[in-house]
Amino acid sequence: MNQIDDIDQTKQKGSLLSRLKVLYHKLGSPKYFYELSTPFLIPVAFLAFIVSALGVFGGLIFAPADYQQGDAFRIIYIHVPVAILSQSVYMLIAFCAAITLVWKMKMAAIVAKASMPLGASFALLTLITGSIWGKPTWGTWWFWGDARLMSALILLLLYLGLMALRNAFTSDESGIKASSILALVGLVNIPVLKYSVYWWNSLHQPATLKITEKPAMQTEMLIPLLLSIFGFYLLFAFLLLVRTRNEILENERNSQWVKKEVGK
Amino acid sequence: MNFVPAFSSFSEFLHMGGYGDYVWMSFGVTALILSINLLEPYFRKQQIRKDILQEIAREKRRAK
Repeated sequence: MNQIDDIDQTKQKGSLLSRLKVLYHKLGSPKYFYELSTPFLIPVAFLAFIVSALGVFGGLIFAPADYQQGDAFRIIYIHVPVAILSQSVYMLIAFCAAITLVWKMKMAAIVAKASMPLGASFALLTLITGSIWGKPTWGTWWFWGDARLMSALILLLLYLGLMALRNAFTSDESGIKASSILALVGLVNIPVLKYSVYWWNSLHQPATLKITEKPAMQTEMLIPLLLSIFGFYLLFAFLLLVRTRNEILENERNSQWVKKEVGK
Repeated sequence: MNFVPAFSSFSEFLHMGGYGDYVWMSFGVTALILSINLLEPYFRKQQIRKDILQEIAREKRRAK
């Protein structure tokens, strides 16, 4: 609580820049992060549940069947959210890796570590749901020569590599450094994954949603999809919070505040 | 905008226009993997708490 009070005091004095600097240092402190995140847990979980349920059930029940793919297209309501997340989570890990390597911020390495199994889960789900969707639409579960499928598989392998490297060393420092470097190197796969459907001939259809264009989808299909994407982002935020908090407790288990926190 | 159910009965909903197997398989696998992701941190926290409480008890015994 004291630290939160401190930050409120600094709010009254000092320029915006110095206030941001204080916030950066406070957020870099595991104890402050733990305390600051506590009141967010239940609201984020609640919102994640409501929004993703609205999206998924809206897509399953209320979206009209696709004129070409019939009801098989409803797989989109999970495939697209998990695919988008598998890339966003990777970019978050790479961002944390850069901060870790440059400024050695403790929290960035913790958040990166907590994100890895989540990213791996989303990448795996992307491959599984994509494969199941591929069977009725392309006539095959999997095709080794396809650039989109390959780069999605590489993304999963990158996540597994990150997790292995992070835990491969007796010194935590070395694990953090090695996995951060891999995270930055693996970043080249992200544009390849995104543009693979344009650069090569792919079985995969082009992006359903583009930021720069009005979606071609009809509104009754689109709204559940947007809700589902937003809901899955919230779900990720919740899972990341609880995992990060566990990492903090584990890392700081010898500190007085953790003992007090657990003893409550 | 006009949100009306795309299916007229529950069995039609389960049938998914002939694609039921594919649709329910994808949603089932997703539900499974997400459930594991939701439960794992919960059990891990219990374990961490147990370990820390044991450590505190050990310290108290040592202090005596």
